[in-house]
Amino acid sequence: MKEYRTVTQIAGPLVFVEKTEPIGYNELVNISLADGTMKRGQVLDTSDEIVVVQVFETTAGIGRDSGIRFTGETIKMPVGKEMLGRILSGGGKPIDGGPDIVPEKRLDITGAAINPYARSSPEDFIQTGISTIDGTNTLVRGQKLPIFSGSGLPHNDVALQIARQAKVPGSTEEFAVVFAAMGITREEANVFMADFEKTGALERAVVFLNLADDPAVERIITPRLALTTAEYLAFDLGYHVLVILTDMTNYCEALRQIGAAREEVPGRRGYPGYMYTDLAGIYERAGIIKGVKGSVTQIPILTMPGDDITHPIPDLTGYITEGQIVVNRDLHRKGIYPPINVLPSLSRLMNLGIGEGHTREDHKKVSDQLYAAYAEGNDLRGLVAIVGKDALSERDRMFLEFADLFEDRFVRQGLYEDRTIQETLDLGWELLATLPEEQLVRIDRELIQKYHPKYRKNVQG
Amino acid sequence: MVTAVGLDAHMYDVVKVGDEELMGEVIKIQGENIIIQVYEDTAGIRPGEPVENTGLSLAVELGPGLLTSIYDGIQRPLEVLVDKMGNFIERGVSAPGLSHEKKWEFKPIAKAGDTVAPGEIIGEVQETNIVHKIMVPPNMKGGKIKSIQSGSYTVDETVCELEDGTAITMLQRWPVRVPRPVAEKMNPDIPLITGQRILDGLFPIAKGGTAAIPGPFGSGKTVTQQQLAKWSDAEIVVYIGCGERGNEMTEVLTEFPELEDPKSGKPLMERTVLIANTSNMPVAAREASVYTGITIAEYFRDMGYDVSLMADSTSRWAEAMREISSRLEEMPGEEGYPAYLAARLSEFYERAGLVETLSNAKGSVSVIGAVSPPGGDFSEPVTQNTLRIVKVFWALDAKLSQRRHFPAINWLNSYSLYLDTLHDWYDREVSPEWNPLRAWAMEVLQKEAELQEIVQLVGSDALPDEEQVTIEVARMIREIFLQQNAYDAVDTFCPMSKQYDMMKAIKAYADFARSAQVAGATPQQVIGIKTKNELPQIKFIKDYEPVLAKILKDMEAEFNALRAA
Ligand SMILES: Nc1ncnc2c1ncn2[C@@H]1O[C@H](COP(=O)(O)OP(=O)(O)OP(=O)(O)O)[C@@H](O)[C@H]1O
Ligand SMILES: [Mg+2]
Repeated sequence: MKEYRTVTQIAGPLVFVEKTEPIGYNELVNISLADGTMKRGQVLDTSDEIVVVQVFETTAGIGRDSGIRFTGETIKMPVGKEMLGRILSGGGKPIDGGPDIVPEKRLDITGAAINPYARSSPEDFIQTGISTIDGTNTLVRGQKLPIFSGSGLPHNDVALQIARQAKVPGSTEEFAVVFAAMGITREEANVFMADFEKTGALERAVVFLNLADDPAVERIITPRLALTTAEYLAFDLGYHVLVILTDMTNYCEALRQIGAAREEVPGRRGYPGYMYTDLAGIYERAGIIKGVKGSVTQIPILTMPGDDITHPIPDLTGYITEGQIVVNRDLHRKGIYPPINVLPSLSRLMNLGIGEGHTREDHKKVSDQLYAAYAEGNDLRGLVAIVGKDALSERDRMFLEFADLFEDRFVRQGLYEDRTIQETLDLGWELLATLPEEQLVRIDRELIQKYHPKYRKNVQG
Repeated sequence: MVTAVGLDAHMYDVVKVGDEELMGEVIKIQGENIIIQVYEDTAGIRPGEPVENTGLSLAVELGPGLLTSIYDGIQRPLEVLVDKMGNFIERGVSAPGLSHEKKWEFKPIAKAGDTVAPGEIIGEVQETNIVHKIMVPPNMKGGKIKSIQSGSYTVDETVCELEDGTAITMLQRWPVRVPRPVAEKMNPDIPLITGQRILDGLFPIAKGGTAAIPGPFGSGKTVTQQQLAKWSDAEIVVYIGCGERGNEMTEVLTEFPELEDPKSGKPLMERTVLIANTSNMPVAAREASVYTGITIAEYFRDMGYDVSLMADSTSRWAEAMREISSRLEEMPGEEGYPAYLAARLSEFYERAGLVETLSNAKGSVSVIGAVSPPGGDFSEPVTQNTLRIVKVFWALDAKLSQRRHFPAINWLNSYSLYLDTLHDWYDREVSPEWNPLRAWAMEVLQKEAELQEIVQLVGSDALPDEEQVTIEVARMIREIFLQQNAYDAVDTFCPMSKQYDMMKAIKAYADFARSAQVAGATPQQVIGIKTKNELPQIKFIKDYEPVLAKILKDMEAEFNALRAA
């Protein structure tokens, strides 16, 4: 393979190289520096004479004397059975002191789209033990359900609690975890690693670490390496895989940086116009395939800049994922853990995984009613601030109290408290029972008579 | 995007690129350079690979076999692709839109000696429970029939021969970017009944009309579109998943075959054509998907059917245009969208309509487009340009969806410009009382919005007695009539007659309440009427009539007792 020493320009993470042979788009590039170090990059653009290479590590040390080799193939991830338990860099190299991965396959990291006809509908309820998720924003196997958070909020604790407790009731199979860190601090990463070690999760995990001081551009491939691994574990080896990607905000920043270096016309707030399509290429890599055993469930985490849910990063994410779990600063300030605000949270696949045969027949209606009552009570808080509690009607006062009770009992729970879905639903009924029965307009009469504590007591007594 | 040199090509010609023969379309000609948008991933294609021009423009295959199919944006059947290349969509595989092997029973309608014109129906095939009409292609001359024979044919075999030797098959190829011709466009005057109370009741769309449904993520665009695909009284449904989620298409694929059309009792899938070019499938094919869909819709319209087409989401289509345009380095317009965005949108919606077909039948294409504005902000270009064209606006509202008020359509901002033309239909087919009842409900909701502003300042107890009851009636309209649960087996579809009965029952309460207040009852007494709490249950009961009659009777008694006291 020919080596070029024809670097003409270096701009940010991009290197421009003059070439004489045809070079393919997305090709992997090896760059050797004068001192012998090797760096890797990828072809972003080619024209008749010039190739634009995006370098994954810092461009420090690259110069006109650097040797550029085009490998003729796109970036591949070596995957194999012995990957579980391994810790890799954000570029896919082992960093746990262990041996190189013995590849059984080398897979293109871009990943092809699952043919929608080959998909099978996710419908297996995952019990996370967290009421605000299981009860009102249910996660199912094969779903992509991100956590929208803000800086300084305990999203990592929530993610870890999910990873610790997630199970499909009735199934003994444990999840394999693929964890990809992008630009988080070493300290945050240590918290994850320590928890994985303590619970023994590490043995069934593959960890990719691109930390805050690692090259930003490498973050572009980290989630793709992680998902390629997850797909292999799921669809080749039959594992049910839980993928945690954190923090997608750092990923998007890297994307923006490359866009700027290429002098592209920027889209909203400086992010590239193709960010929706790019993110879809990551998030859509979740699901179940007909007749294939495993599954890929994704829990991406992102911090909303300025806690703003309309910011392009959460906005485009929400348009692609199947709902979102929103971690809220006000609840956190009130000392409530997990500070999940159910109102802007949503699980779109919830309906497929709940009800008779999955959880319990009253699940949907209880959830709807909890939402409606909490939303109403929450609205009244604004009014009370202006006119005082006394100006409220009796009905309004009941809803106001319901909102407090809901946050205190339903939302709040322990870091290690693992509630079953029955416990969660019964707790919901207990709270609803503080409202007059005729206010429960979202629930059919029959279900009320079956599950409302008032009638249940009658039955038992 | 690929540039070819030394290729004899015209705009929009379909070409085959590279050794793998990836399909692409000529989108720009610049001197020697022919710029090609490739419908598949171009990673690894190297300069120097060959490009071949097919000389044809992007077209779809139209004929028996369309129904129940699921296609990608360029009409490759996804089921066939699974057979050919497995569970993932790899590139370089082509597959025709229709099976060319399958035989269909053709029954002639025209006979030898008849003179047939372009667009005229010459025969029929029982495709599913839907009869597929076989027409003289509109781009053919027509003439006198020499022979026409019933029998079993593939779509390539001649079913009819004209005197001048022209052979007619059951297959038409039609370029997707060109609207199919009609005899005349007419004014829509019949509503597309959807079984969704807020749509049929307050903001109806006409058969052959256009509607937009914009809203932030998670507000209910897809669920509403799927509800329309399931329950609207169209004869054919074309559903385009344009740049959206894979699992949503799977949901349609698993659910529709199990659901029955409330009118015919036949599986809904049998009247449906799906187009799925999900967000992670190539952007160029996403751009094409909308044209592929509307062309198929027009084709069924030409048979005299009422077709409804859902496009979810037109914003992803517009973004595909933007991505392509920016790669062409065209001068960007507003927010980077190409300057021709408005023109493309209106050309697309213009293909909707109630028409007289070339065969003098009546057919229609209704188009309902979802719009996904960034940050939920309706002032952005795609929403604004769409609203300039469409006649119905269903404004989704995150505030409503967050409190699980579904459908989260805002009743104050939404509108239908078909109300006047549909007025007579509601008078005739529902009840002469319907239109005044609708107007009354809208008035109460308006009034409530005004009163709420006051309540926010001083609390509800400070309102005059009469208006405290208005607030209660408005709540009933919202909670009983407007809220509708798409996931409840009964409530998911509400016939127009039930919508009328429900609204009438709420009005009955309002009237009783008014006269009780005149007789001196307090707002608390009127609001405390127990029987009205039974009304919400009506939604979940299929044979609701006796229950409703009893509630109304009990309510009257309760009010009488109140007045007597
Ligand atoms: N009519 C309805 N009845 C009950 N639930 C509904 C209804 N409409 C929407 N929902 C709920 O809201 C969720 C989100 O709806 P939907 O997927 O249609 O949003 P969307 O506007 O299409 O979002 P996106 O732009 O991200 O695709 C659904 O999963 C469902 O839980
Ligand atoms: Mg949607």
